Amino acid sequence: MNTHDEERMKKLLRQSLPPVEVEAEPGRDLWPDVLRRLDAGADAQAISGWAWFDGALLAGLVGLVAIFPSAIPVFLYYL
Amino acid sequence: MQNGASDVLNQFRQGDVGAFEMLFRQHQRAVYGWIQRITRDQAAAEELTVETFWRIHRAHARFDPAQGFEGWARRIATRAALDWLRMTRARHVESELSAELCAEVAAPSAADPAVTAEIRSKIAQAFGRLPAKLRIAATLAVIEEQPHKEVAAALGISVAAVKLRVFRALRKLRTDLEKQGITP
Repeated sequence: MNTHDEERMKKLLRQSLPPVEVEAEPGRDLWPDVLRRLDAGADAQAISGWAWFDGALLAGLVGLVAIFPSAIPVFLYYL
Repeated sequence: MQNGASDVLNQFRQGDVGAFEMLFRQHQRAVYGWIQRITRDQAAAEELTVETFWRIHRAHARFDPAQGFEGWARRIATRAALDWLRMTRARHVESELSAELCAEVAAPSAADPAVTAEIRSKIAQAFGRLPAKLRIAATLAVIEEQPHKEVAAALGISVAAVKLRVFRALRKLRTDLEKQGITP
């Protein structure tokens, strides 16, 4: 594709898809949506934080029981 | 005044929500306008403005006040819009885009009379089929006629890379049209 073809394609593209007339402002106040999103993100982080901690604790317990099966009665006693 | 602005940026960096709201109020129009240029969709631009500011807040600790907020926000907005283009590409091409673009191309202001509405519609649809990263570069540099330097900064690539992406976009577009029997 030479320069002439390139310019022709650019012209055709601009004719087919004219530049958008950008609205100066969004149609509504977006700040409440941003705040909601921040809250949702914080909740998700808290949930995923606990899930990670719980998972690690459970994995540790399973590992311990697998290595020392004799410890099972002791765990059951403390449950 | 300069100190005030710098204080706000530093407070934002430390995670202050009040400073973040000030920056949001100050920059939301520019972010929204930039996204609208890329997506050509008002509702998507609103949704992506929210997404962009959420990403901005999430990355507040990595923000460098010396680099300025506007360019950083624009880069994040461009990435969010690019993700949206990738996600919506398939369905956009076949449904929404064609309907929306057909309406848009029906009455262009300075159209060449030799180029029919049908051809313009096919060009618009072929453009929608381009890979998102080529489409975004061509949208900003060719359709919206933004300076290459600004497009490069927003995409986080060099000016030469922008020119190359635009060239590849136009070449792919031409090939697609030729396959449909249209010789541009």
